[in-house]
Amino acid sequence: MSDATIRTAERLDVLAAETSEGAQELQRRSATTPGELGREVGSVLRLDGRAFDPDSVDYERRDDETMIINMGPSHPSTHGVLRLMLELDGEFVLRTKPVIGYLHTGMEKTGEELSYIQGATNVTRMDYLSPVINELCFSMAVETLLGVEVPERAVWIRMMMSELNRVSSHLVWMATNGMDLGASSMMIYGLRERELILAFFEKTAGLRMNLNYVRPGGVAADLPDGWRDDIEVICDTIYERTFEYDELLTGQPIFRNRMVGVAPITAEEALALGVTGPLLRSTGVPWDLRRAAPYLAYDQVEFDVIVGTYGDNFDRYAIRLNEIRESIRIARQCLEAMPDGDYRSQDPKVTPPPRARIGESMEALIHHFKLFTEGFHVPPGEVYTAVESPRGELGCYLVSDGGPKPYRLHVRAPSFVNLQAVPLLMRGGSVSDTITVISTVDPVMGEVDR
Amino acid sequence: MTHPAPVAPPGVVTASGHSTDLVCFPSRERYVEVVASFKESGFEMCADLCAVDYLEFADRWTPEGVTATRFEVVVNLLSLSRAQRVRVRVQAGDADPEVDTLFALYPGTEAMEREAFDMFGILFTNHPDMTRILMPEEWEGHPLRKDYGSGRVPVQFKEAPGPR
Repeated sequence: MSDATIRTAERLDVLAAETSEGAQELQRRSATTPGELGREVGSVLRLDGRAFDPDSVDYERRDDETMIINMGPSHPSTHGVLRLMLELDGEFVLRTKPVIGYLHTGMEKTGEELSYIQGATNVTRMDYLSPVINELCFSMAVETLLGVEVPERAVWIRMMMSELNRVSSHLVWMATNGMDLGASSMMIYGLRERELILAFFEKTAGLRMNLNYVRPGGVAADLPDGWRDDIEVICDTIYERTFEYDELLTGQPIFRNRMVGVAPITAEEALALGVTGPLLRSTGVPWDLRRAAPYLAYDQVEFDVIVGTYGDNFDRYAIRLNEIRESIRIARQCLEAMPDGDYRSQDPKVTPPPRARIGESMEALIHHFKLFTEGFHVPPGEVYTAVESPRGELGCYLVSDGGPKPYRLHVRAPSFVNLQAVPLLMRGGSVSDTITVISTVDPVMGEVDR
Repeated sequence: MTHPAPVAPPGVVTASGHSTDLVCFPSRERYVEVVASFKESGFEMCADLCAVDYLEFADRWTPEGVTATRFEVVVNLLSLSRAQRVRVRVQAGDADPEVDTLFALYPGTEAMEREAFDMFGILFTNHPDMTRILMPEEWEGHPLRKDYGSGRVPVQFKEAPGPR
């Protein structure tokens, strides 16, 4: 073995150079200026009237009293490839820095090379736990630029599918959160119930995940035969089982000790950091885009916006559990109110001619061919649409130059922004709390790194 | 309850946008001042900050009085109390794009500005930690620029079968 490949304590520099992310990492105190240190310790907060107080930072602490440890990128509790660098004093966390980018695959660049029809297949893979809502956001942006009206039935189908998706996403959260805290039965139950929804997705769209179901102009297919029975079974089963989760977790002393009062965040901090979703609502701010800026037909259904009080881990858990019930409530109303009609726009600009006509009409064949090879052209302009994803405000900023592909596709990923709250939430907590913090912030790394 | 439409500070070019109440085109010098005035009038949150490279779309529409440059930084502000949105589009320059940071107003832009720097090479003056965020530290180039071709770096997987 050559000298350069021997990895021993004497060759630490080689080892470090091979694995280092350089300045992106958390630096030692001796290499950090007091100003920077203050920001990292007090997180990134310098708000009005809450200006950073230099006295609250312990500059005196020397490097040999603290330890910087690395957690991740491959760690079961990081839900993917999140890497955290923690500065520890014994068991307590002084500073934290998330280092991200390990799942970066350039999806925004890819989005510029795919036509608008193909675009939904790209965005659906960003937040892989809520594909329908990603597609919805993208499709709404394209439709706004195109000026295409979506038929009533498509609107309600979209709404029902988004709510089912929200339930399945929160169920995965319940499952993984349970597992992080050692409640492995919750893991099994959460994934079991989610399977019901994924099976319905498969029946409707042909795929369990990454559906490409919501497309510009409507949805890909009408609901399958017998969908009413399926939805009723899904709603009844999951609604009943949420009370089992309640029994399993809510009053459980070990669970409560690790959740109640741990890692609180205030409303001012959350707003300053741009945090949205259950994390913001846990602080008592009733901000839900479905209520505040209704899209689809959310102004025609009844549901409650769940808010917390203390902004701690337990509030975030309770909000997600209750949002499952609210989403089921919306899904039931969709079942009642589902109108008849087209499931996609009949505008020939975005919708191919029916299959039967392609065999007999040359123009229809050409139209179909053009639509799926070149794609449709979207008028020049720029638009930002936002929807409420299970993790917060999911935004899509789309710039069109009049061609068949987006000129720029930017996705405002809620997890990416919410992750900035992690250093603040972890400060002063113990190492075991970091697990619950990552869990309740609920980042999906596919969306963080895009 | 409806709130009055948001108003830009005097002297700032505005337009109306899709699903946004107001689009502002401040100059680079007045950028932070304009955003600060919106923050004072109730826009508590900076929902999104991203950049666009207009290299291949230089003849885009901009209102009169705005000189379009290659790079543009787009900020989406959100008011929770008024349920309104404002978009601020600032022309960031051609060769060496640089704008001031919004960190002092909205600490939540920290990661978003780092992303814009990483992907487009736009510098944010006075940003506390102007490092790459998604790409590796030693990466060359800024991937979302239009003159950065995709698939330029061949990826060699470890156990990949060789050519037959």
